[in-house]
Amino acid sequence: MSLTLAIQYLISGILTGGIYGLIGVAIVIIYKATKVFNFAVGTLMTLGGMICVSLITWAGLPFWAALLASLLLSSVIGYAAEKTILSPLLGQPLITMIMATLAMDSILYGSILMVWTGYAISFPEGILPGGTLFLGPFFISRELLYSFIAGVVCFALVGILFKTTQLGLRMRATAESHEVAMAVGINITRIFSFSWMIAAMVGTMAGVLLGNRTGLQVAITSSMAFKALPAVIFGGLDSVAGAVIGGLVVGIIEKFAGGFIDPKVAEISPYVILLLVLMIRPEGLFGEKRIERL
Amino acid sequence: MWRPCGTIDENYRKDLAITRTPLQICLTVAGLAALFLLPLWVPGHLLNNINYIAITIVALQGVNLLTGMTGQITIGQTGFMAVGAYTMALLVKYAGFSFWTATPVAMLAAGLAGIVVGLPSLRIKGFYLALATVAAQFIISWLIVNVRPDLTGGTDTLTLDAPRIGGVALNTQSHLFYLCMSVAVLVTVFTRNIQRSRIGRAFVAIRDNDRAAEVMGISVYRYKLLSFFLCSVYGGLAGSLYAVWMRGISVDHFGLLESIWYLGMLIVGGMGSVPGAIFGAILIRSLNLLVTYTGPVVGKMFDATRGTAVEIGLGPILFGIVVLAFLMFEPRGLARIWERFKAYYRLWPFSY
Repeated sequence: MSLTLAIQYLISGILTGGIYGLIGVAIVIIYKATKVFNFAVGTLMTLGGMICVSLITWAGLPFWAALLASLLLSSVIGYAAEKTILSPLLGQPLITMIMATLAMDSILYGSILMVWTGYAISFPEGILPGGTLFLGPFFISRELLYSFIAGVVCFALVGILFKTTQLGLRMRATAESHEVAMAVGINITRIFSFSWMIAAMVGTMAGVLLGNRTGLQVAITSSMAFKALPAVIFGGLDSVAGAVIGGLVVGIIEKFAGGFIDPKVAEISPYVILLLVLMIRPEGLFGEKRIERL
Repeated sequence: MWRPCGTIDENYRKDLAITRTPLQICLTVAGLAALFLLPLWVPGHLLNNINYIAITIVALQGVNLLTGMTGQITIGQTGFMAVGAYTMALLVKYAGFSFWTATPVAMLAAGLAGIVVGLPSLRIKGFYLALATVAAQFIISWLIVNVRPDLTGGTDTLTLDAPRIGGVALNTQSHLFYLCMSVAVLVTVFTRNIQRSRIGRAFVAIRDNDRAAEVMGISVYRYKLLSFFLCSVYGGLAGSLYAVWMRGISVDHFGLLESIWYLGMLIVGGMGSVPGAIFGAILIRSLNLLVTYTGPVVGKMFDATRGTAVEIGLGPILFGIVVLAFLMFEPRGLARIWERFKAYYRLWPFSY
């Protein structure tokens, strides 16, 4: 009985963890290339999701067209953000970079509020089939399952990009060392722009999937991204695979804490994990041990 | 440090003094007198905001000590403010303390919370430590809401009576002004004294190069913890004042967004500079005030729902733009502009 319950929590934890993983990947892509931690990922994600909804409801596009268009638009936004805000601040101290992304977050937050107001917006029904799938004693929400599958496809695409393409090779080289990458003729400012564009697209994907499940509301959806922080730290800041696994682990722990202890504990458990990981193994499971110590 | 021509320190006492020349002493006294006569002619609603700025300055000087001087980035100052505010409120409400006895306890409680959060600073620094403070912020709010909701009121507002001094209840803004502004002035002087004494210099040494600081015989860990402690003690004090000023507290007042604003104010004012923290608090809070007044005018141009959204959205956008502008064009903040102005003023009308 208890085992069935545990497996049930495991399944739903993995399914919800997929979204955290996606947000985490968006953070990691930018961190790897530019060594900037993007605190604005939550609002970028919300923005992407909201653009997608608007294209469906206001412009009347079919879902797939709206998704493609919003991916394209958000990559433009990511590019613009990198060029206007991050590029001029290249090489500044850490606090400057942290504050720059926080300020960007603030500006995007205000803009989203102005355009879409603070009320919840939901996707039209029927984009992802609803209902529940029964699998023996376990049940799986169809929406969750499909969004998880979409997430897995995303991970695969990012993985293929990094492992097999020229661009991915250049991005990995840039992540290794900026100076060496420049020395072998890689235009690293272009790589920075590309990473922001890709991260914005991954973020949009997360926003769309999240929006399909819970609807989008700027205050709530953008703060969801903070739950991806433990995921990223758990997996290691510079590992894409780590972010995915971290996301799954955080999702699972959240479900277990909620199911076996108290639903209230569930909402705080990611941050407790974050603190514990920071204290015990700050470089994460798969991260490079590059943390400065005393 | 540049001195005006002809100002010569004749003994060590004079060399150490904050106010060196008779003119400076006169200006300080006149400035303080003018400051404390404000309630006589400033209308109440403006005084309300001035009180808020004073409270902000108290909390911001704490962030200044930790982030500006010691270089440990914190995005969790309002978490410590919440600890201070709730400790004070609970002690007053349930343990029969008065505001005056509860506040020191609240400061100590916040300080202890700060030390706990600072513990990982032995192993991690920079960005990772910033994340730890974010986590601490969330955990503190969660503890307040969930551990004893019967005492703290959960997410509801916890109301407070006005503190009394002698027979007078501090229930008007001008009464509160004297409380908040006196504390702000004292805290500012205290911070300035920390900055120019052994502790402050140790902090700056750790910020600039922690290994070199260790080699010079500064116990880096101890001083980092001390910095965390002081920062959160300031936060606790500010939280306690905030509770009295608001006459009621709720966890929503102590969110992550507010912590980010504190960091932004520090950037705008100039990191590691005591007057900078004052400038930053004044500038950002005044901008916010401006938005409060102009927001409804702009909002009127749209329909009701959108109007409200535009009103709320203006503040964050303006804040983000101002912070970014300072990061790009004057990363050392208003304090640097102030220094330049002083240098210019001293030399005027000659260029050397």
